[in-house]
Amino acid sequence: MSILIIKPGVLDTLQDLGRFGGGTYGLNPGGTMDRYASVIANMLTGNDINEAVLEIHFPGPQILFKHDALICITGADFKPTLNDEPLPGWQPVLIRKNTILQFSGKKQGSSIYLAVHGGFGGMQQWLNSYSTNLKAGLGGWQGKKLQKGDELSFRESTNDLSRLFRSESNFQLLPWRPDVAQMYSHPEDILFIRGNEFEALTGESKDNLLKSAFRVHPSSDRMGYQLKGKSLFRGDSYELLSSAVHFGTIQLLPNGQLIVLMADHQTTGGYPRIGHVISAHLPKFAQLSPGSSLRFTPVDIEAAEQLLFSQHQQLQILQRACSDHLNSYLC
Amino acid sequence: MNSENQYTVYAIGDSAITFDMGNIISEELNNKVMAMADWLRKNPFEGLKDLITAYGSVTVVYDAPAIHVKYKLQTTVFEFVRQNLYSAYQSSSVVEKTNDLVRIPVCYDLSFGYDLEFVANDKRLTIDDIIRLHTERTYRVYMIGFLPGFAYMAKTDERLTVSRKKVPRQVVDAGSVGLAGNQTGIYPLNSPGGWQIIGRTPVALFVKDNEKFSLLKPGNYVEFYPITLNEYERISQPEN
Repeated sequence: MSILIIKPGVLDTLQDLGRFGGGTYGLNPGGTMDRYASVIANMLTGNDINEAVLEIHFPGPQILFKHDALICITGADFKPTLNDEPLPGWQPVLIRKNTILQFSGKKQGSSIYLAVHGGFGGMQQWLNSYSTNLKAGLGGWQGKKLQKGDELSFRESTNDLSRLFRSESNFQLLPWRPDVAQMYSHPEDILFIRGNEFEALTGESKDNLLKSAFRVHPSSDRMGYQLKGKSLFRGDSYELLSSAVHFGTIQLLPNGQLIVLMADHQTTGGYPRIGHVISAHLPKFAQLSPGSSLRFTPVDIEAAEQLLFSQHQQLQILQRACSDHLNSYLC
Repeated sequence: MNSENQYTVYAIGDSAITFDMGNIISEELNNKVMAMADWLRKNPFEGLKDLITAYGSVTVVYDAPAIHVKYKLQTTVFEFVRQNLYSAYQSSSVVEKTNDLVRIPVCYDLSFGYDLEFVANDKRLTIDDIIRLHTERTYRVYMIGFLPGFAYMAKTDERLTVSRKKVPRQVVDAGSVGLAGNQTGIYPLNSPGGWQIIGRTPVALFVKDNEKFSLLKPGNYVEFYPITLNEYERISQPEN
């Protein structure tokens, strides 16, 4: 049971929800950029939410399914096709063996998640995580992004999938899908919590931060999204020693521009922390593409927590529903 | 220790909190940081995911929904974690212990020390002065950050105080030994970086395939000693 990379994408890596516990030693957590989409991909395929998924950026790979598989694609829309037939995302789907999955264009979003029922096998965890740490060359698939000829096995599934096909078609959608419209609605409105160095901004810079628009710069990557907007200035020149930063931290760079730290962020940094994108908005923020416009609106910690908890609750309900649907389908 | 309330507590988003006792390089403060982190490791709360220690601060990374569900809180999770950090501050005591001394060989050859000449000109020193000043002190490892295994060591001799490069290098080779402000550090991996590079060590700071991947730990003491290019080559040769 495996898939074969016929042609690699620009950055295909295996990721889970991150590697925690090494912060004292400078170990960055990594993990998926859009945690919501990766969690749902796993739920829809009947996996644990922390199972490793393939994170795909555009241009995506060409993947040959060497065996029947139950998969799900979530996150961005890169117009996925299976043997040239459009393949819907956000829905569990049975894939017939000897078919080719590819991505024909970037329609929306930045990263796709591909989960397979049972999870990917043939990998060792490093420090309790499958996430690929490209700098250290460890974790995930041999510590690297996927290359041509790499063959990823599935952990053995007990279910014989071929019996589930009801026709000769190359794929068969399972008849349920979650409603994720709300999560990704208004991607231009990003809520943040003020950072410890927010007050160091000049009055005019605070106004510019809250009232003007920013654009995602093309040099953005898994480490951080660089933003282009009005230059912001500090009222002081106080030198900061390095201290902790986090996924979503908005730092002010010496050139007056902002960077939002993403999944592969460092554990510590010395640039002023103007704010932090709230966790509930990180998924839609992560899916912004270069050129996308956004605005920042401050909220307090309590509001940020409430949004996160209600999202968490919805995911738990979804997980139970997915599990029930899948169990009865596979029986 | 400092008198009462010499700290601030602030959110690093909705999933991490920093307990900050000062933006200064002080062994006393850093001992308290390590004591607090030890206390939290021994007295963890459900949902504690990670700890990040820095010069004068401890940061707790936590799973807010898990804490919210587990402890059925009437307050914010932020408040709950803040209380835990305060307990760590109150309850942890600094234990005097003999910290390990690690001696690290450094080759200060111009081919490795890309910025030796710049630092020499900037500080009006000879390269021999730089080597002497860099190797005659014992440094403390205050924190590991930036990269897995990157130790921030201080304080360097005042005559070696330099600012970071205005434009960071795209690639600094693993093992490069640098200066920034009154700190010295070693790049464990190839990485972009802005420190002024004065030499290179053949010793691996990041140990691949090892659970304890970082050669250095916060609280270690480090001394550097100079080696020649030949010695560098000999030490960096794999065994056999």
